[in-house]
Amino acid sequence: MPAPESTSEHFFQSFGPHASKATGARLDPGSVPDRAVNTHCCFCGQQCGITLLVKDETVIGFEPRYDFPFNQGKLCPKGVKRYLQGAHQDRLLHAYERYLESPDGFRVTSYNEAIQRVAEAINRIQAEHGPQAFAVLTGASLTIEKAYLMGKFARVCLKTPYIDYNGRLCMVSAGAANKKALGIDRAANPMSDVLSAEVVWISGANIAECAPITTDYVWQARERGARVIVVDPRITPIARTCDLFLPVKPGRDIALFNGILQLMIENDWLDHEFIRDHTTGFEQLAASVQEWTPAHTAEVTGITEKAIRQAAEWWGTAKTSFLMHARGIEHHSHGVQNCLGAINIVLASGRIGREGCGYATITGQANGQGGREHGQKCDQLPGARDLSNPEHRAHVAAVWGVPPESLPEPGVDAYEIFRKIDKGEIKGLLSICFNPVISLPDNNFVRRMLEKLDFYVAIDFFLSETARYANVVLPGSLQEEDEGIITSTEGRVIKINPAVKSPGEARQDWRIIQDIAHALERPHGFTFESPREILNELRAASKGGIADYSGITYEKIEKQMGVFWPCPSDDHTGTPRLFEKGSWNPIAKGNGPFYFPDGRAHFVVAPYSPPTEVTDAEYPLILTTGRVVSHFLSGEQTRRIGPLLDQCPDPYIELHPELAARLGLADGDWATAESRRGSTTLRVKVVRSIRPDTIFIPYHWGGRKSANQLTIAAQDPISKIPEYKVCAARLRKAESDHAHN
Amino acid sequence: MPIIEPKEFFVDPSRCIGCNACVQACSECDTHKGYSMIQLDFIDHTVSPQTAPMVCMHCDSPTCAEVCPADAIKRTEEGTVQTAKKPRCIACNNCVLACPFGVPKMNTGMHLMMKCDMCYDRTSVGKKPMCASVCPSQALYFGTRHEIEKLRPNSRFISSFQFGEQLITTRVNMLIPHDSDINHLDVATAIHEGAIGNDIFSNIWISS
Repeated sequence: MPAPESTSEHFFQSFGPHASKATGARLDPGSVPDRAVNTHCCFCGQQCGITLLVKDETVIGFEPRYDFPFNQGKLCPKGVKRYLQGAHQDRLLHAYERYLESPDGFRVTSYNEAIQRVAEAINRIQAEHGPQAFAVLTGASLTIEKAYLMGKFARVCLKTPYIDYNGRLCMVSAGAANKKALGIDRAANPMSDVLSAEVVWISGANIAECAPITTDYVWQARERGARVIVVDPRITPIARTCDLFLPVKPGRDIALFNGILQLMIENDWLDHEFIRDHTTGFEQLAASVQEWTPAHTAEVTGITEKAIRQAAEWWGTAKTSFLMHARGIEHHSHGVQNCLGAINIVLASGRIGREGCGYATITGQANGQGGREHGQKCDQLPGARDLSNPEHRAHVAAVWGVPPESLPEPGVDAYEIFRKIDKGEIKGLLSICFNPVISLPDNNFVRRMLEKLDFYVAIDFFLSETARYANVVLPGSLQEEDEGIITSTEGRVIKINPAVKSPGEARQDWRIIQDIAHALERPHGFTFESPREILNELRAASKGGIADYSGITYEKIEKQMGVFWPCPSDDHTGTPRLFEKGSWNPIAKGNGPFYFPDGRAHFVVAPYSPPTEVTDAEYPLILTTGRVVSHFLSGEQTRRIGPLLDQCPDPYIELHPELAARLGLADGDWATAESRRGSTTLRVKVVRSIRPDTIFIPYHWGGRKSANQLTIAAQDPISKIPEYKVCAARLRKAESDHAHN
Repeated sequence: MPIIEPKEFFVDPSRCIGCNACVQACSECDTHKGYSMIQLDFIDHTVSPQTAPMVCMHCDSPTCAEVCPADAIKRTEEGTVQTAKKPRCIACNNCVLACPFGVPKMNTGMHLMMKCDMCYDRTSVGKKPMCASVCPSQALYFGTRHEIEKLRPNSRFISSFQFGEQLITTRVNMLIPHDSDINHLDVATAIHEGAIGNDIFSNIWISS
């Protein structure tokens, strides 16, 4: 239904966003904490260890956790101030329902009544339109226990095929490419392997802002003599002092990788033995990149031939190397191809599966890795099993105590769920840990679809921009109010420990889901008493799968400071580095280190295609979007934390001085950026660190400040990731900010 | 019995990524809770993303203390220059104006000069300061000389700075390239140097 006016004073008083500041015990130097809880940051996929200080059931501060091996005390500004999200005045302490007469658009309702209302709506919609008329959207910041439960809830309780998660906007291109080429979807190496690499190749990863702790690994490799190559349309802070910067034109990464491979072939910078013994498909791939001469590559990528040759030489002749990438090459309508291109140059070098030889995608969300393994994806079952594979269905159905044929078939991706709302096929929605009004492209469409739903229930701890459209809002839990496991960017499974209890009527999310199942009178499989019980079932469900967690326990994680999966038995200590020579995996069964029956990695031909929307006379600029260091994803938490908001209070349009001069814009002027889908008016930031044909807007804000009003809903045909990183736009000077207030 | 090597502060601005973790963490230290005493400078955001963190350099002969008419600024035995003593500080701003590094800040609400005290409550009991603990790029490092020499073979450290006619030696060390032949940083001269870093145009292909 239509959302209440979020700019009204009443709405703001009730739901914010207010910016929290340290006050009271949080500010008093004399405060003595009641306890210190070793846990991890709630934000990104680095999952830095942190110790939360608790007094009177409130997190009052933190202490660096020097003992955790990944970050050794280091934190970014988000981690430093994350404690200010607790005891927040915007926190949802009750269940709410939409109430038109109320000045803020909602009224408090009892938790139990709200659960009953949700159950009645699900029953009504499913009785009238079938079980598939109700959909579920989830997120990759949930613990693995919760993510697992959400997948089971959709398939067993709701019996709907329509569940998908916000990792669809994040990890799926890399995941699909990893599965196609390597047979497994996990960072191949722990970050410590960066330290002994001779060349560190960073493509489309704003490491300093989006994965800040990794910076020290890169700098430290350099102290040991490594050369750092950064490929990005912007000179990000890590690119400022890198050894070679390749200012790629957005959307042309695959052309660069193919061009590098062509030079590797031409100069015989190949590991023939590795290619012969451990891979398939090289000849076909080699034939496919012949056209990518340095001159052609330069023309398409917008990078000089000289720089391309230099990069190829350094990469080609290195003895050890580490290649990492992130959303910069993945958020494309050919994101999978981009990642395959990256993997191809790694495999051709033979530098994988040993110390100092690595490859990794950097995950974005807290559980960007673990959240994509255990069944909240539309086509997936726990253990990274396949919902369309009869054996996989049978294994998981047996663990769940249901007939295999009762499990729905694979559903559709998150954006397609909105298109199905448009078509009238989906009438009801439950969402948790997903804020599509900010995070999906062309979000004016998303807003209309939320309005169109017959019934929408959101589980959230703050009233997000998306939850405003809900009929019922259920008060969920913050990360520090529950326990569970998360898999970090390295593939390291770590343990989140509870610091405080949920306030008011707020509940741990897994309890809310179970309460709905019980109210629906479908309690089978939803009688867990603790996350530990959920994990124990997940261990059985994942056993024998690629993402095998069967040997992982809370105790082992605490003892070892994390366990790298796969960990297939109680006496197994985990697998920090994949693809080591002689390693065993359940697919190859000893035939080789890669996760295919013959144990070989696959070279996959990755043809170049331009972005879906190329620039033209009407929309002559490339718009690319991304993050800033002080905000996280849709900003739902960080825009409510005063010191983080102060660091970056508003989005802006970044552009080159040449372009600024052409448009008559000076630093700080207001300008309107427009695409075929929407527009936003923001201040401009004139910087020499961006390509003159490209503008950049950070995406963490909603409403008229939202960058995703402009982005295109084009998706990769395989991974279904949206093309956030490139669309056509134009820019003009605006008189003032009136357009956005 | 082995001699325990003291821990020192090292700054390497070339590593700085401008993330503000130091600024955010500074205000979490109990000695100056709620106030950040560290300055992160964006050199010239139009020209370069280059940034530089500025902590108190803890001078051997602190100018701030020398110019204080109330003798409110004390240096501890181990060389930490502290925030002005509350009953003595007359909020005259002499120290703020005189410090060549621009470190002391006048807290007008409290009528008190406050400055980086290297997280005295932490460092005095063997803990690392907040900023150097959290710094993701380790542009700010706290450890022994032995450790830094091992970790940063491409750098060496200096602790003297020239400001016009004034030569200042400090307890905090600045890392410079190993092959650099300077013995002190001539700060006044460097003020007029532009920001450095990669140039977007150096490797952009332009259709001919």
